[in-house]
Amino acid sequence: MSTTHNYIQESIELSEALENNSPTAWLSDFRKMQRIKLEGATVPTRTTEHFKYNNLTALNQGGLAKFPESPAVSAELPSLVSSLEGDTIVLIDGRFDSSSSKISGSHLVAFHEANEDQQKTIKDALSRQNFAKNIFNRVNAGLTHSGWLVEFNKSVDYRPLHIVHITTQAAVDSVINEQLIVKLNSMAEATVIEHFVSDNNIKSGKTISHQSAHFDIGDAANLQHYRLHLEHSAHIHFGQCTFWLNRDSQLNSFHLATGGIIKRIDLDVIHQSNGSHAEINGVYLAADKQQVDYHTNVEHRTPHCTTQEVFRGLIGGEAKAVFNGRIHIYPDAQKTLAELSNKNLLLSNKAEIDTKPELEIYADDVRCAHGATISQMDSTAMFYLTSRGIPKEKAKLMLSFGFVNELINNINNDAIVDYLQPLLTQFFKQTVTE
Amino acid sequence: MLNIKNLHAAVEDKTILKGLNLEIKPGEVHAIMGPNGAGKSTLGNVLAGREGYERTNGEVLFNEKDIFEMDPEERAAEGMFLAFQYPVEIPGVSNLEFLKASLDAIRKYNNQPELDAVSFMKMARETCKAVNLDQSFLKRGVNEGFSGGEKKRNEIMQMMLLQPKLCILDETDSGLDIDALQVVAKGVNDLRDSNRSFVVVTHYQRLLDYIVPDYVHVLADGKIVKSGGKELAHELEDKGYGWLDNNEVA
Ligand SMILES: Nc1ncnc2c1ncn2[C@@H]1O[C@H](COP(=O)(O)OP(=O)(O)OP(=O)(O)O)[C@@H](O)[C@H]1O
Ligand SMILES: [Mg+2]
Repeated sequence: MSTTHNYIQESIELSEALENNSPTAWLSDFRKMQRIKLEGATVPTRTTEHFKYNNLTALNQGGLAKFPESPAVSAELPSLVSSLEGDTIVLIDGRFDSSSSKISGSHLVAFHEANEDQQKTIKDALSRQNFAKNIFNRVNAGLTHSGWLVEFNKSVDYRPLHIVHITTQAAVDSVINEQLIVKLNSMAEATVIEHFVSDNNIKSGKTISHQSAHFDIGDAANLQHYRLHLEHSAHIHFGQCTFWLNRDSQLNSFHLATGGIIKRIDLDVIHQSNGSHAEINGVYLAADKQQVDYHTNVEHRTPHCTTQEVFRGLIGGEAKAVFNGRIHIYPDAQKTLAELSNKNLLLSNKAEIDTKPELEIYADDVRCAHGATISQMDSTAMFYLTSRGIPKEKAKLMLSFGFVNELINNINNDAIVDYLQPLLTQFFKQTVTE
Repeated sequence: MLNIKNLHAAVEDKTILKGLNLEIKPGEVHAIMGPNGAGKSTLGNVLAGREGYERTNGEVLFNEKDIFEMDPEERAAEGMFLAFQYPVEIPGVSNLEFLKASLDAIRKYNNQPELDAVSFMKMARETCKAVNLDQSFLKRGVNEGFSGGEKKRNEIMQMMLLQPKLCILDETDSGLDIDALQVVAKGVNDLRDSNRSFVVVTHYQRLLDYIVPDYVHVLADGKIVKSGGKELAHELEDKGYGWLDNNEVA
């Protein structure tokens, strides 16, 4: 390739520069190792496994591999912050904003304040990621300079933890790197909301953000998790969520993403001890020329675990969505029950979806189902609604909502449902009206 | 109310209606009977404006207006209502939301103020009760998982709520038990007045004991081949359509 820019190599240089005055010097060996592993690497292309359907050319145009220079002047908090009764960590362009954050308790620790034990926990979690599948996990690891470690214990009634990531004008043409490590000790219960937005005052320009989240869910622990990606359409994001499920633990994870220049989110759910249960639901919405991509990978390594995964996509305009749903059942994972459904609604003729199921089953006594569908607006349903006087646009809106309502209504947090409803309305209005 | 002249219509290039004439005056109830595949549902679909059902010749005036100049939603707002032979299931859209959207749209079109939420709920609950459906049906997805009879009652509920001027009931009696049949008939009879007309498509004379028609027509091979009073329905039930084949159908 004759491009002068290589985002991966530029990020190595940026990582090196970090070592000059890093508040997390104890991570420098870790970062150095990533730099070595990234030596000579380039941005994935269409021939790279796991990136076949992504158009990553925006990364070769240069100018992104630098940290935001000056702190943001101000940023508007999403309304969910006030409607949700919880602890709030506000990260503006990746920087912790203490004035708008609201945290209580000692279970939240910033990386630069971590004690020796905590540093060990952090390093351990960071190095367990799936680097082979997604090179951007390594890019983000190499650029780790801050992050949060959260630890939940049993018998404590925690408030929901709301982590708000806001991108502002000050981060245009820059990169944001974030890490989150969440540990639920045995029998702990917690709710964590990861929430990504762009400040309403961004006028133009793109920002790239990387965020990796690591969840260790201890024996009989219960995590309720949400990850909402609502950044503006000129945003680029590479995200990773890894869930390690231990004995009899429970995970309920809800995802929602609107499209961006590139928005690629990888979910890895690893059942590593008997009796764990994971419920994963997701909605992706893409319009105009946006891209959105969920790569989910569920690994059943042990017997008697269950997974229910449902993703729905609405794609309009000339947008492109990718859904890759992998379920891997190891030879020892007898009595596994795993179901994955992915349904897509194309709202225009030029919209595109690539949905790919990947089932790898190496145990014989398992129940596993996988279904993917792609459809267009149902003309019979349209006729039914319009024959009752409902104008076409409103009818399309109702059918679009109907397509995702099941998932939205299953969210058992009213504040989140109330927050999402109008955003969905706005999205459908824009996409459906053509 | 409705004036159909020499209507020809095709579905997927296949001509189904072949010169159909029918005039319906305000307050009248017309029953249409006829063999399977004759074009009864096609007539309903053409009148309601379903995509793919193409008028190839003839005209239809609804309250003096050319229906082919109007989209389905305009025809509905002008007062046309088709109770579907096979009501459509729409998961994810609640019955209540559907009824509200439909009532709001029709009121808006007719320059009536939007009904407030409380009055609407009251009305919806009452109508639901009138067709003997449990209130939980209001919350469920439109026709989602409803039994055949429940779907038909849901159609009647919509009709009662929207109070259309012309109601076309396409085999609303099929698959109903005797109680449900009476519910449907009562729904229709309560709405009967000098300004409202009905077209009742049915295969069974039984329904016409409850909804007594002014006229009975036989639709065969895309045309009305015989018209008469309510006694025609009895005759058809006794003798079948074969009797017509030999006598009236050329
Ligand atoms: N969407 C369609 N595509 C193809 N053919 C159709 C379509 N709709 C109707 N037809 C055909 O048109 C003819 C008339 O059908 P229609 O449903 O109007 O009959 P009907 O009189 O209502 O019959 P039934 O008593 O069985 O309900 C049939 O031959 C049918 O197969
Ligand atoms: Mg029919």
